[in-house]
Amino acid sequence: MKVRLTSLLVGAIALFTATIASAQPSQLNLTRGATDISRQVYDLHMLVFYICVAIGVVVFSVMFISIVLHRKSRGVKPAKFHDNVKVEIAWTVIPFLILIGMAVPATITLIKMDDTSESDLSVLITGSQWRWHYSYLDYDVEYLSNLATPREQIYGRLPRTENYLLEVDRPLVIPTGKKVRFLITSDDVIHSWWVPEFAVKKDANPGYINEAWTRVDEPGIFRGQCAELCGRDHGFMPIVVIAKEPADFEEWIRGEEQRLADRRAEEERLLSMEMDKDELMRIGQQVHLSQCAACHQPNGQGIPGVFPAVAGSDVALNDRARHIEVIVNGVAGSAMQSFRNNLSMSEIAAVVTYQRNAWGNDTGDVVQAADIHNHIQGNQ
Amino acid sequence: MSTITDTHSAPAAHDDHDHHDHKPTGIKRWLFTTNHKDIGTMYLWFSFAMFLLGGSMALMIRAELFQPGMQIIDPHFFNQMTTMHGVIMVFGAVMPAFVGLANWMIPMMIGAPDMALPRMNNWSFWILPFAFLILLSTFFMPGGAPAFGWTFYAPLSTTYSTDSTALFVFAMHIMGMSSIMGAINVIVTIMNMRAPGMNYMKMPLFVWTWFITAFLLIAVMPVLAGVVTMVLTDKYFGTSFFDAAGGGDPVLFQHLFWFFGHPEVYIMILPSFGIVSAIIPAFARKPLFGYASMVYATSAIAGLSFLVWAHHMFTTGMPTFASLFFMYMTMLIAVPTGVKIFNWVTTMWRGAMTFETPMLFSIAFVVLFTIGGLSGVMLAITPVDYQYHDTYFVVAHFHYVLVSGAVFSILAAAYYWLPKWSGVMYDDFLSKMHFWCSLISVNILFFPMHFVGLAGMPRRIPDYALQFADINAIVSVGGFLFGFSQLIFLAVVVKCALKKGEPAPAKPWEGAEGLEWTVPSPAPYHTFDVPPKV
Ligand code: HEC
Ligand code: HEM
Ligand SMILES: [Cu+2]
Ligand SMILES: [Cu+2]
Repeated sequence: MKVRLTSLLVGAIALFTATIASAQPSQLNLTRGATDISRQVYDLHMLVFYICVAIGVVVFSVMFISIVLHRKSRGVKPAKFHDNVKVEIAWTVIPFLILIGMAVPATITLIKMDDTSESDLSVLITGSQWRWHYSYLDYDVEYLSNLATPREQIYGRLPRTENYLLEVDRPLVIPTGKKVRFLITSDDVIHSWWVPEFAVKKDANPGYINEAWTRVDEPGIFRGQCAELCGRDHGFMPIVVIAKEPADFEEWIRGEEQRLADRRAEEERLLSMEMDKDELMRIGQQVHLSQCAACHQPNGQGIPGVFPAVAGSDVALNDRARHIEVIVNGVAGSAMQSFRNNLSMSEIAAVVTYQRNAWGNDTGDVVQAADIHNHIQGNQ
Repeated sequence: MSTITDTHSAPAAHDDHDHHDHKPTGIKRWLFTTNHKDIGTMYLWFSFAMFLLGGSMALMIRAELFQPGMQIIDPHFFNQMTTMHGVIMVFGAVMPAFVGLANWMIPMMIGAPDMALPRMNNWSFWILPFAFLILLSTFFMPGGAPAFGWTFYAPLSTTYSTDSTALFVFAMHIMGMSSIMGAINVIVTIMNMRAPGMNYMKMPLFVWTWFITAFLLIAVMPVLAGVVTMVLTDKYFGTSFFDAAGGGDPVLFQHLFWFFGHPEVYIMILPSFGIVSAIIPAFARKPLFGYASMVYATSAIAGLSFLVWAHHMFTTGMPTFASLFFMYMTMLIAVPTGVKIFNWVTTMWRGAMTFETPMLFSIAFVVLFTIGGLSGVMLAITPVDYQYHDTYFVVAHFHYVLVSGAVFSILAAAYYWLPKWSGVMYDDFLSKMHFWCSLISVNILFFPMHFVGLAGMPRRIPDYALQFADINAIVSVGGFLFGFSQLIFLAVVVKCALKKGEPAPAKPWEGAEGLEWTVPSPAPYHTFDVPPKV
């Protein structure tokens, strides 16, 4: 019995250690990260960790010795002592001093982390179920950043690739060597913007703005995730940040500004153009799958009691104006957000057309960008 | 009404419990009982049932997390599982287990015939099953059970939740009432019903720690009731406590919740300290080292526990000075906690130890709780907490203190007092199997979680990046091993309940101290009708 238990124990521990030992260091410990602050945080982590290990070793050794030596089966007689003021004072004061030793560097680092003054660049980060919205306050650039991992990988119909769940369609881009200030907020529930390599984790609170900052030394790609439970797809809300040399960054952001301007011009042009129904359905399906399916599901059935079905719904079958309204302005006090700033008018037109003609919603309606434009104008 | 007053107006002085000397049989015995032992037994069975239920939800979580990808359950259902697992374990398994132990042991330890308020005692138990029925019934609602985590942060729990929230709030209110009634009962019993000569500094530490816990409960349960009510009115009655659009603040929710929540975690650990402080001296055959400092340390921990709540909220964007204050206070708590650990270790030092199952669980408690405490110190350091917060590192931390801490101490207590409760010795072989299986599997389950947490895996996610795969597989295996190990305990307890085992003497443990060992095993239905002399 004893032997079997022991061998079981040894086997389990061996297996355990083998797996742990075979893992990469980055899979086991905090990252040192890519910034001065993140390295300070890492050093602090290791300091505190070693202190804890030391305390643990001392306490457990005493216990272990006592378990080995002071057992009745060895015929020892128990001592009778039950108090010792000196010892008790010592083990109150010494831990206290150790704690002060940890508190000092922690305080210094914290004060640095909280100092967001004198930044070179500000980015407004807005969380919403379940994507990030980046907006450069010093430039005319803003865009959404969505999970790029296809559903087929999540549901195992395609092999999973290297950056599974940690890849987005449009990463945040920041310049190296510059102090970048993040202003973090949310459109709906609380999210938390976390990039381990920057040691930045800040909650995105709806209606309030939090600040954080980073200064990245070297160009690179950094990946993180939303860290606060934010509903169904909390696990599918990654963050990717690309740090570029300032010159490359400048080039990139000018290009983005140009692209956005072109897009607006294209919008204007499309307003006067009719798209054919197949084209609308095709774009609409893409928009639905990338923007709406997390809640309303790819088949439009929604999740009963949580997200309403669009397939067969009264709005989608009968109330075209309401359908547009819901997407353009959202439904106050619900997870249905406004898509006016996130989608172009032609995309909204396409998704409305798609939803009114897919999954047995055979209204035959065709909605054009101009209709969306009129709806918005009519509202104002 | 009148019966209550005339029976219990001066409970300690009188000896007029003969009116419930007859013991009804069948279901009525359990429904109408005011006997502290019956009520204690019901609490303990209830808690064990909830433990298995909450555990099976945890296994559902672990099954989904065994591999990357979504295989078994939908993300929304996954969130329901984490939420219900947390709520059930905290409010259904751990807290009722401690109340059950308090019911059984406090009157016997202080030489009282029963709890001071036996009818209220009956109530505080019997409303619990209804609270959990209500909570569990939400699984059958459209949209399912609550899915916002056991911390139910607004606005996820208000604007963005399903209608199960209303029932969740109602259930929480009932659980809160039950806890408050239980706490009042404990306080009144301890203050008024100690046997002559049992002054405060002679009370067993289990009684002391429960005494302090009961004050914590009375202080914070109303805060919980307040905050769930605010969630209810925000969701259904147009208030905006937590909604910026109406002038409220979602972070206010977190302040209120954690003002309850942090003392709550001490509510779940202080009675453990009492249990371990009874068991270690018994099997080291040596008096507890530093009894008085244990009492002071417990009080200090309880007092400090009201000043550290925002260490759960460092990332919400507090002013720097507030972060610093909460960091320092949290670090300070480590001092009295350390004192306790040193006291236990010194109690073992130069004792004459034997290693019966209660002692094994207690030693494991000291080691594993210390690991949880040390990771707690790491979490207190604000700048690094930015990295640890809301990752699996935290999940590892609180399971070390809750599972290998609170739950192990409850198991130790069960083995220690089972002979007293049932009158038979538990099956030694099975109990040792249970211990070793639990000890090994609990570490396979929770230790590697530290690593994935540090490597960057957030908590409460149903699917994860590929670099976390190996460790999650190990963790899941550990989870199933640990879960199934608990069935051994079920077998042990059932054997005792069926009186299969050697008859237990009044005092089965050589070194045990305390009034509970002066009565025969099994403890008669009524004990200490005449107060003992201490
Ligand atoms: C974060 C989850 C979420 C996303 C993403 C989302 N919706 Fe919604 N949607 C909702 C919710 C919740 C409602 C119900 C609002 C209410 O009436 O309270 C809703 C309602 C609707 C309705 C009205 C349905 C009815 O019958 O009343 C339409 C139409 C709709 N959404 C279209 C869309 C489109 C198009 C998209 C993508 C561009 C989208 N939704 C994305 C959550 C979402
Ligand atoms: C079979 C043993 C157990 C296993 C396998 C287990 C596993 C887990 C897992 C996987 C999570 C979810 C982590 C996440 O996704 O964030 C979790 C959360 C939690 N567990 Fe356990 N657990 C066990 C026992 C316990 C016990 C006994 C307690 C309480 C005393 C407990 C308290 C909690 C709490 C409070 C949460 C947080 C829930 C939330 O995030 O809202 N667990 N557990
Ligand atoms: Cu999230
Ligand atoms: Cu806390």
